[in-house]
Amino acid sequence: MREFAGKSVCKGIAIGKIKYFTTKENTVVKRKVQDTDAEIERYEAAKQKAIEELENLYEKAVVKVGEDNAAIFNVHAMMLEDDDFNDSVANIITTQQTNAEYAVASTGDNFSEIFANMDDDYFKARSADVKDIAERVIRVLQGVTDSRELGDEPVILVAEDLSPSETVQMDKDKLLSFVTRLGSANSHTAILARTMAIPALVGVEFDGDYTGHMCIVDGYEGRMIIDPKEEVLEKYRVKKEADDTNKALLAELKGKENITASGKKINLYANIGNPGDLGAVLNNDAGGIGLFRSEFLYLESKDYPTEEEQFAAYKKVVEAMGGKKVIIRTLDIGADKQVDYFHLDKEENPALGYRAIRICLTRPEIFKTQLRALFRASAYGNLSIMYPMIISVDEVLKIKEISKAVREELKAEGFPIGEVEEGIMIETPAAAIMSDELAKHVDFFSIGTNDLTQYTLAIDRQNAKLEPFYDAHHPALLKLIEMVVENSHKAGIWTGICGELGADTELTETFVKMGIDELSVAPGAILPVRKAIRDIR
Amino acid sequence: MKSFEYTITDEVGIHARPAGILAKKVKEFNSVVTISKDGKSAEAKKLMAVMGLGVKQGQTVTVTVEGADEETAVVEMEKFFKENL
Repeated sequence: MREFAGKSVCKGIAIGKIKYFTTKENTVVKRKVQDTDAEIERYEAAKQKAIEELENLYEKAVVKVGEDNAAIFNVHAMMLEDDDFNDSVANIITTQQTNAEYAVASTGDNFSEIFANMDDDYFKARSADVKDIAERVIRVLQGVTDSRELGDEPVILVAEDLSPSETVQMDKDKLLSFVTRLGSANSHTAILARTMAIPALVGVEFDGDYTGHMCIVDGYEGRMIIDPKEEVLEKYRVKKEADDTNKALLAELKGKENITASGKKINLYANIGNPGDLGAVLNNDAGGIGLFRSEFLYLESKDYPTEEEQFAAYKKVVEAMGGKKVIIRTLDIGADKQVDYFHLDKEENPALGYRAIRICLTRPEIFKTQLRALFRASAYGNLSIMYPMIISVDEVLKIKEISKAVREELKAEGFPIGEVEEGIMIETPAAAIMSDELAKHVDFFSIGTNDLTQYTLAIDRQNAKLEPFYDAHHPALLKLIEMVVENSHKAGIWTGICGELGADTELTETFVKMGIDELSVAPGAILPVRKAIRDIR
Repeated sequence: MKSFEYTITDEVGIHARPAGILAKKVKEFNSVVTISKDGKSAEAKKLMAVMGLGVKQGQTVTVTVEGADEETAVVEMEKFFKENL
C-alpha cells in the first residue's frame, strides 16, 4: 500500500484502477524550408483549422460544463489571433528559414515562459494555456488527431498535467477521478473537474506509472492510496456509498420544485457570507439568496470599504444569480463581529448593544455609502435590501427617509436603479410583537431565529451551562413566528425565515402550515429541506 | 490624445477573458489604445501583451487613446473598463 498527499480540487471518493497518461510531447523536428511564404501560409491554414476546432470544442463544452467554463476555448481562439504570437511565428519562419511546427513550438515556449515567471498564481497558470494552443496548432500541422483515448473500463486518470482541452474531450462516463502532479487549484482543469463533480487532486508527487493498480482517491482528505489494504478499501467502500446516496439525493431533487403534496409552494433560498459561496448556492440549486451577509466586506477590509468596492461585490453576486432574488442585509457589525476601524467602545452586554442598524442610524455616512452601492447594483439583477435589528416603526421611517434620499441622489447623478424590495429582519421580540404595524411600511419580513430565540428566551447560546434550559422549539418562539406570518399576510407582504431554525427539518411542516413563504438556509441544507417540503402530505 | 485612469475591481485582475474581449473591441477603432501600469505598457489589441502586464485587482492602470476617432473611442473604453473590469 502506498499513499500520496495532494491538494484536493474537487471533493468526493473514487475507487478504481489507474490509467497513467504520459505527456506525449509532440516531437518537433527543425527543418529547413526554402519557400518561407508558403510555410507561413501553411501556418495560417493550420491556425484557422485550430480556431475552428476550438469553436467546436466551445459548443460542446457549453452543453457539458456551462458557458463560464467553456469560455476558456473562446479565450484560446483569441490567443491564437494574438498579433504578437502570430508575428513571432512568421518571424521565426522567415529569419531562420524553418518549418512552421518548429516556429510554433518555440513561440509557444517563449510565451508560456513569460507567464510562468509572473508572480501571480492566476497568470502563472496561463502558461499551460499557451502551451495548449501551440500544441493544438502543431497537431494540425502534423496531421495527427488527439490519440488519448480511454479504454472501456472507467479509470482513475493519473497524469503529469492535463490541458483544459484534454479534460473536456474525455468521455466523462469513463472517468472516475483526475490526479495530476502539476496544475494548480486555479487551473481550468481543476475548475472543470469541479463542474463535472468528479474527485480530483493536483500537486501529487507520485513516483511512477501505476497503470492497472487498484487505487483510492479521497477528495475530502486530499489523498491517493495505491494498492490499498483490504480493510482500508472496505472503509472507503462504506464512505463512498454514503457519498453516493447523498449525490443521488441531489440528482433526484435538483431542479424539482419546493412544493408540498397538497400543492403549496415555498421559496427556498440560500444564506451566504461571501461571493465565494456562490458556487455552493448554484450547485445546490437554490432559488435565490435569502440572506447575503454584507459583513465580509467590512471584516476583510482595513478601512471602510468604498462605494466602488461594495458596488463591485454586490453587482457580481446579482449578476451571477441571473434574475434570481438576492436579498442583501445591510451591515450587522457589533456584538460578536468587531472591526477595529469602527472604533466601537467595549460594552458590558454587546448582544444588547450598539450594533447593526443602530450604528447605521447614528453614523449615516457609513449607511449611505452602503445604500448607494446597493441601489447602484440593483440595476444589474434582482436585488432586495434587508435591515437588521429593528425594534420600532420609528426606525423603519428613518431608514426609508435615508433610502429615499439616496435613491434621489443617484437618480440625479444619472445612475440606473432597479426595482428593489426593502424588508426588515424580525429578530427582536419587539419587532415580532409590533409586526402588524411594521408590515405597513416594508415589503417583506425575514425572521432571524438565532437572535429572536436568544432575546425571547433570555438565554445566551454561547453559555454551555444554560443548555438544560434551552429549547430550540420553545412554544413562545413558535407563537411569535406564527404571529409575524399572520400579520405580514394581513398587510399583503411575505415572510421568510433566515435563521438556523429554517433548516431544521423537524419544523419544516410546522412552518409551512403557519403559511411561511420562504425559507433561507445554508447551501448544503437546501436539498434536505426541499425533501422535507415535498414530503408534507 | 485622450486618457483616463482606472482601478481594477475584478477579483482576478485583467484576466484572459476580458482581455480577449478588449482586444476585439479595440479593433473597432482607428485609434491606438495603450494600457500602462508602473512604466510598462501594452497595446490593448494585443491580448497576450495585456495579460503580460499582470494587472491585479486594486491596481490602477492608465489607458491612453490616440487617433482620429479618439473622442468616441475614449468614451467607449471607459465604459468597457467599468463594465468588465
